Amino acid sequence: MSELSNGTDAWTLAVIVGLAAVTVITRSFFFLSDASWHLPHWAQRGLQYAPIAALSAVVVPEIVMQQGQLIHTLQDARLYAAAVGAAVYFWRRDVLITIVLGMAVYLPLHLGWCW
Amino acid sequence: MRDLAPQALGIAAWGLMTGVAMVKSGMGFYASVVMTLLVFAGSSQLAAIPLIVAGAPAWVILATGFCVNLRFVVFSLHLRPYLIHLPLWRRLGHGYMTADVSYVLFTKRFKQPGETPEARLAQEAYLAGNDGLNWFSWVTSSLIGVTLANGIPPAWGLGFAGILCLLGIQCSLASSRMRILSSLVAGAAAVAAYALPLKLNIVVAIAAAVILCLTVERVRGVK
Repeated sequence: MSELSNGTDAWTLAVIVGLAAVTVITRSFFFLSDASWHLPHWAQRGLQYAPIAALSAVVVPEIVMQQGQLIHTLQDARLYAAAVGAAVYFWRRDVLITIVLGMAVYLPLHLGWCW
Repeated sequence: MRDLAPQALGIAAWGLMTGVAMVKSGMGFYASVVMTLLVFAGSSQLAAIPLIVAGAPAWVILATGFCVNLRFVVFSLHLRPYLIHLPLWRRLGHGYMTADVSYVLFTKRFKQPGETPEARLAQEAYLAGNDGLNWFSWVTSSLIGVTLANGIPPAWGLGFAGILCLLGIQCSLASSRMRILSSLVAGAAAVAAYALPLKLNIVVAIAAAVILCLTVERVRGVK
């Protein structure tokens, strides 16, 4: 294991392999068995709303929270970058332009004014 | 792949910062490389690293990874009718490779599973093409990030490009008032429940938004 001695040991590797297995199991959870089986109607309707909810649940805290607390200032580059990014999306319907213009707002505010 | 190409830049920026963040939070170089190649799930990687470094029990680390990945369980339920005709190892392969962006693009493009073998094959090809490009841009940029970790200060905040990418996809899904409601409820709930351990706030937020939307549907008799 000498080539792995840079802070790595067998336990860490085992945990990493375990995490890879978790990725496979969660992403394939409902295709593990091919037994015939139908989705109840309410679940089909629910799937309409789940993806946007999951994205929102990841994205919103990353924009309005800092170290586990809701921010209490408007001097935060992320607020303006996200507002511009969303507005640009609804204007041009293009995710790449959203990223580019959002970062064009974010970087000067964040690096220049330390917001 | 053409649909995924615009997102590839955001994925790459996010992968780059994940690579940098892995090394900066105390993972060794080789462990970071192995993790990038095998685990292939940025949010669970970043959630697991502090626990690995702190020497937390393996079951806690794996349980954390599972909870952070719970959204993929929802995705797999949705994708099941599209893929269940395939043999097991190909189902597992597609499951492993399909992350957030390619899932969202796939289900946006194909509202219904294919009726004929040709249609199913075309859908599978679309999924595999997007997954391949997504994998390539994520893994290469993460490895570059791991390598350059000491040169790029996290203070630049390049990881925010990944959030903007997710935000753009979120906007593209906001196609009805009920979905906008789902998004608002989930965002607010994720903030309110942020203090929960293991990133469970994300699971709580999804559950709250879906249950509320289904209740509103029932009360108002939409569809």
